[in-house]
Amino acid sequence: MLEEIAITEEGDLIINVGPQHPATHGVLHLVLTLNGEIIKKVEPHLGYIHRSIEKMCESLSYRQFIYVTSRMDYLSAHINNHACALIVEKGLNVEVPQRAQYIRVIMDELTRIASHELWWSAMAMDLGAFTPYFLAFREREKINVIMEETCGARLTMNYMVPGGVMTDLHPDFQKNVKAFIVDFKKTLHEYNELVTGNVIFQSRMKGIGYISKEDVISYGCTGPVARASGLRSDIRKIAPYDIYDKVEFDEIIETGGDCFARYQVRIKEMSQSIRIIEQLIDNIPEGDIQAKTKAVLKLPKGEFYQRVETARGELGVYIVSEGAAQPYRIKFRSPGFSNLSALDHMVRGYKIGDFIAAMGTLDLVIPDIDR
Amino acid sequence: MTKEELKIKITEIHPEAIIDESGEWLNITVEPSAFRSFAEQVRMDVLDLDYMFCLTCVDWKTHLTMVYHLSSTTYRHNLVIKVKLDRDKPEIETICDIWRTAELHEREVFEMFGVVFLNHPDLRLLILPDDFVGNPMRKDFEDPINMIKL
Repeated sequence: MLEEIAITEEGDLIINVGPQHPATHGVLHLVLTLNGEIIKKVEPHLGYIHRSIEKMCESLSYRQFIYVTSRMDYLSAHINNHACALIVEKGLNVEVPQRAQYIRVIMDELTRIASHELWWSAMAMDLGAFTPYFLAFREREKINVIMEETCGARLTMNYMVPGGVMTDLHPDFQKNVKAFIVDFKKTLHEYNELVTGNVIFQSRMKGIGYISKEDVISYGCTGPVARASGLRSDIRKIAPYDIYDKVEFDEIIETGGDCFARYQVRIKEMSQSIRIIEQLIDNIPEGDIQAKTKAVLKLPKGEFYQRVETARGELGVYIVSEGAAQPYRIKFRSPGFSNLSALDHMVRGYKIGDFIAAMGTLDLVIPDIDR
Repeated sequence: MTKEELKIKITEIHPEAIIDESGEWLNITVEPSAFRSFAEQVRMDVLDLDYMFCLTCVDWKTHLTMVYHLSSTTYRHNLVIKVKLDRDKPEIETICDIWRTAELHEREVFEMFGVVFLNHPDLRLLILPDDFVGNPMRKDFEDPINMIKL
């Protein structure tokens, strides 16, 4: 820690939040400048979980680097893998079999629900409600079991590979997913009754952590944070990949710009994910799960960029290739990094208790920010 | 705006810009001295590139290249701006007052590649420890203790 406790010349109090703090959900260090209870400045200090994934990828092959990316945003592991698979396919002009595309999108949406459920539980816990944590983890467990059956892993799946997916679905996959959908529709109603409509919860969320649409654009915010301020930013709509242009779903837009708007975007997104899965689960076509690719993949000389929508927002993968079996330079534009940069602007002038609410609605995953 | 229309507009704004159409999006290379005013124009002008979705740097061993990925939230067109920098003395004007997301991204490029952003309000190490020496994302960076070498 830098300064343990300090008072500036103007009488402002400087305190450290983190690196070990329950509300940061990881090792994030924020230095707050307070005037009494009012926040004057928030300064992030990053790097406690920095592994230099970008540097690592420069010496990994195009088949290997996907596995590292599951460790970035571990709650959206499937979607990170998806981005990497897509960029390699884009470079090599690989046509992915329909079956694999369907499986990928279903997996992405299941991941999104699992991620939002975890966010919802942690968000409520940050504000002092402990029951939601157990409720959401009970539901999330069902998704984890489904993932484990097919992918063999619960968190870092590494299921998507260039050309398709690694293995075929478990025979019970469709049955289990349908059972989950039936259960989830009941529980989502429960979530709303328990937390969304709660007066105490609403009074801690409404009007807190406001950010305007102009600022959202300027700070490069993505995902639910941007959409809560009225910016259309869903990559699944703007630049559809795989079969997202064939499924029907609504991009959730709120105009409140405060914590409650961000909360509502995520809650409503879960229903949309269910809607996508319902359209696909009975129609998965038969066929190959992987396109035929060479043993050693070499992207042609040039630059490639792929954007996908993770649970947290837009993930960008930028590859500079020199025609070798490894990328010359790779950059991951992570959604958390940009959203975090807006935190300072978002909480200035609010009280320190509101800071926790605002940070909770950003849905930060620290390995995603540090990379 | 289509690629062709973008091309015409950019030639009007900055006739010396080198335009490369090979990629998915239009790539514009500008001189470091002209970069700042060019950036201001593409933000304000009819192009309305208000959203920066990626800012990074590439080490080409002989020089560094700054890469800015921009997008317009109104017109939905994208543009990539590139600036070649001297590897021994990389300096470029900051753009973090135009796109505020750039503030943290520039700090990351500063520590990883050693690019100095002139007029940046708070240019310090962000991810690396305060006493760290070197620019780890450069191609010639070596760390024998942690066995890092390309």
